Amino acid sequence: MAKTKHKQNGAVAKKLVGLADVVITAAERSKDPTLAIPIRALSNVSFNPRNGLIEMGKKKQARSFFNVAMAKKFMQTILVADALSELQRADLTTSLREIYYRTKHTIKDSHENTFDTQDESDPVIEDLEVSLAALREELHVRAENGGSVVGPLVLEDDGDRVDCAKLGKGGYSVPSIVESEYVGIRRCTADFVLLVEKGTQWNRLSEDKFWKRYNCVLLTGNGQPPRGVRRLARRLHEEYKLPVYVLVDNDPWGYYIYSVVKQGSINLAFESQRMAIPKAKFIGLSSADPERYGLPRNVGIKLNEKDIARAKELLNYQWFQKPAWQTEIKRMLASGLKYELDALANKDFQYLTKKYLPRKLKEKDWID
Amino acid sequence: MATRTGKPAAPVTAVEMGARQREISVSEFFTKNRHLLGFDNPRKALLTCVKEAVDNALDACEEGGILPDLLVKLEVVPDGATVPVVSQATRFRITIGDNGPGIVKQQIPRIFAKLLYGSKFHRLRMSRGQQGIGISAAGMYGQLTTGKPVKITSRTNPRSAAHYFEVQIDTKKNEPRILENKQVDWDQPQGTQVALEVEGRYQKGRASVDEYLEQTIIANPHVQLFYVTPEGETKTYPRTYKELPPQPREIKPHPYGIEFGMFLKMLHDTKSHTLSGFLAGDFCRVSPALAAEMCRTARLQPHTRPRDLHGHPAEMLYKTIQTTKIMAPPTNCLAPIGEQAILSGLYKQIKGEFYTAVSRPPAVYRGNPFIIEAGLAYGKRPDETAAAQKPADRPLAEGEEHEKDDELARVIRYANRVPLLYQQSACATFKAVLDTTWKNYGVTQSRGALPAGPMVIFVHMASVWVPFTSESKEAIADYDEIRKDITLALRECGRRLGLFLRRRERAQGEFRRRNIFELYIEEVAEACNRLKGGKLRTEKLKAQLQKIANSKTGGMKTDEALGKTGGGPEGLPNSIIVTREGIEGEVAVAESASVPVEAASGSQAELFAKKEAAGKSDKPKLKSKPAGTPPRRRKK
Repeated sequence: MAKTKHKQNGAVAKKLVGLADVVITAAERSKDPTLAIPIRALSNVSFNPRNGLIEMGKKKQARSFFNVAMAKKFMQTILVADALSELQRADLTTSLREIYYRTKHTIKDSHENTFDTQDESDPVIEDLEVSLAALREELHVRAENGGSVVGPLVLEDDGDRVDCAKLGKGGYSVPSIVESEYVGIRRCTADFVLLVEKGTQWNRLSEDKFWKRYNCVLLTGNGQPPRGVRRLARRLHEEYKLPVYVLVDNDPWGYYIYSVVKQGSINLAFESQRMAIPKAKFIGLSSADPERYGLPRNVGIKLNEKDIARAKELLNYQWFQKPAWQTEIKRMLASGLKYELDALANKDFQYLTKKYLPRKLKEKDWID
Repeated sequence: MATRTGKPAAPVTAVEMGARQREISVSEFFTKNRHLLGFDNPRKALLTCVKEAVDNALDACEEGGILPDLLVKLEVVPDGATVPVVSQATRFRITIGDNGPGIVKQQIPRIFAKLLYGSKFHRLRMSRGQQGIGISAAGMYGQLTTGKPVKITSRTNPRSAAHYFEVQIDTKKNEPRILENKQVDWDQPQGTQVALEVEGRYQKGRASVDEYLEQTIIANPHVQLFYVTPEGETKTYPRTYKELPPQPREIKPHPYGIEFGMFLKMLHDTKSHTLSGFLAGDFCRVSPALAAEMCRTARLQPHTRPRDLHGHPAEMLYKTIQTTKIMAPPTNCLAPIGEQAILSGLYKQIKGEFYTAVSRPPAVYRGNPFIIEAGLAYGKRPDETAAAQKPADRPLAEGEEHEKDDELARVIRYANRVPLLYQQSACATFKAVLDTTWKNYGVTQSRGALPAGPMVIFVHMASVWVPFTSESKEAIADYDEIRKDITLALRECGRRLGLFLRRRERAQGEFRRRNIFELYIEEVAEACNRLKGGKLRTEKLKAQLQKIANSKTGGMKTDEALGKTGGGPEGLPNSIIVTREGIEGEVAVAESASVPVEAASGSQAELFAKKEAAGKSDKPKLKSKPAGTPPRRRKK
């Protein structure tokens, strides 16, 4: 395994050095050094209905050095490439923020910083991921550990055996890189995976030992799930054929979280192949639930302008064109209200564990 | 009602009422309403006193054809044995001296202690004072607050004696009361000196005596001024322009500017015996032929005696005059400051990078001719900018920004060369500045606000009759004709400023482009070298990249635009541009500023210098360009 790892690294390192060659060759030919960077926006993604994935198009953007508008970006790209190549040579992994600090300095003889905020360096890293067709892990950059898992699942991490059924309420913190070289799945006896948007509900379910009773793996990403969580869910789905259910707030952002888990995101469309779970199901909170479960109107929140605009955008996305989804979103818009998962506590603190989810599972009440 | 204690006042009969009615003297009226004359609060009162005396002194000198040497001295009056600190002091002695023609003995009491007495009200001639209220009102204010008389020393020529007066005003009668009158020895050959003791407050900053004097010098560069502050510091403002402004001529009223009542009064008072003679003789721009024609149109006999014209026929004539086409009034009654003088005044008093001045051709409102002049000083002197940049040298942390300048422009307003310090927002000049779209000239401006930037906007209105909004002469009334002309003058200044800024910005933009490429080339080349494992010939790569950068941005042209290769001046009329390398434009006048006081024998200056210890002189020297680079004079 270690061997393959090195081989891969070699390829990525070569690609990074290739950027320097672009500059050198262009300079020798008195040409403006230019990088072609795939565009990461809605205009350059398409939904493939056959495999149910969001796929990246072929549109590219030229980033040239001697163009006032792009000069700084170009310089930043080369600097980040240099930092990434340094990681490769030293065989270290690091975070986005550390890359930002590593590459930040004041340019000689000026008052200008190479980067002013991390918001400038993060997109550059994503640009490089896309243009070099390298995964973030391959670039040795990890995201923050941003998720937890609990359930009948045994993992192997750095030679340690991790039994996710014996980690109390807190569970195992999902690392950002869960590729089989780093984290191995030794055993999994669960029947399904439940991915919860919010930590609060995950804690509730974990505390109530919901996973024991219904024999499932409980995952949360604390909001938009990070790559590690998505990748782990995908591996459980792929390797153990477990169905994946997604439990999110009833608002446009909840819908979008579900769609990212299912089809992939626009920004990281190039990762869809590896991350997306086209068969994931949306279990709740649905806009039909307040009526079905008797949630009073006063625990709803009025949709604000942003919510409404976002919902209308969702209605136009190709991957939300199924009739069930159109009805779902339109029903929310018609009611003018959104509901948080937390609102279920209005009925009972354990309503989610004892009533809501059991009934949902029993009735197979989900949207595909 | 049972609870009411007092009896209701008995009704007053008409006879009783009549007995109570009596005349109110002007002085009584203004004693009660001193705010109308600018004595609302102690701080403003101090300024008004100085202002009235200085205005009179300058008017007198100019009328006498003498280049004015002025002394302004403020002293704290001791409170018993202790002398309070300046900021706490409430009593001041103001002394203003000039080298003017002096005042004849007989007139002194009335000029200084009778309201509405003066030489300027009944004539149409451009001067600072208008009504004959100012200095006597200042004296009255002093009398009211401190009980002290006005002390005047005056001498009309070196051969006659100097007279010393102490006068007060009898407010009931509006007549002077002479407390002291004697001949004195005076070491000054000619001139007048006034001393007042008033209640006041001395504060620096906006609308202060200091600001007033500074602004006076900007608009009157032919004046030499010594100013002794209450702290005892002496400030010297040398003369920067050695020509007296041309003597404005007195004119007769223009028929368009006369109201009907005034017209009737003129009919009654005229010395002419015939109507046509009256029209041609008492107005300007009315020829005998035109007078006869107007009489004909109004169906009146040209030989009618003016006094016999009443009622309807008089109104007919008045209406005819208003509809007849009459030439605009002559403009030789106006003495504009002149573009050169404004430039030299601004250049000396305000440290900027760009100066320009515009004098508009004469225009007319309500029959009164006027001229608008505008000027502009923009920016900071290069050396100051360089000094200000130093602390910013340390690298910026996240969230930090370079400090931005968000100061607003300052408007300095003048009417007949007198600075106006109060009621800025009521003034036509201020409104015109707001109305001007400064964004068109590369200056930022928020809605309804002054333009932003290190800028001083100068506006002067010269007229035989400046329409003030109040007696205290603080703001110019907003006549359409006046506002329009101010706007036109400001636009011209703005256009020149815009050209200057755009050129500079373009040059800097190009420079910046090359600059950033140069900076980034360094970064990129070094990063490539590291990527290649340190085996790269970085110098070669940098040179190659630099070559591409030059071909993309046109390096030579940028150097030229920035004046790095020593290009000529920028072809802007009546402007001065100050750069780090030197001064461009018409600065010959301004340069003379560095020549100190000229030796006019027996001048106020010399006397003053004698009185004060020689070592005390801390004359602010004009910041002159670095040695070795002669000023480049613009070719005409």
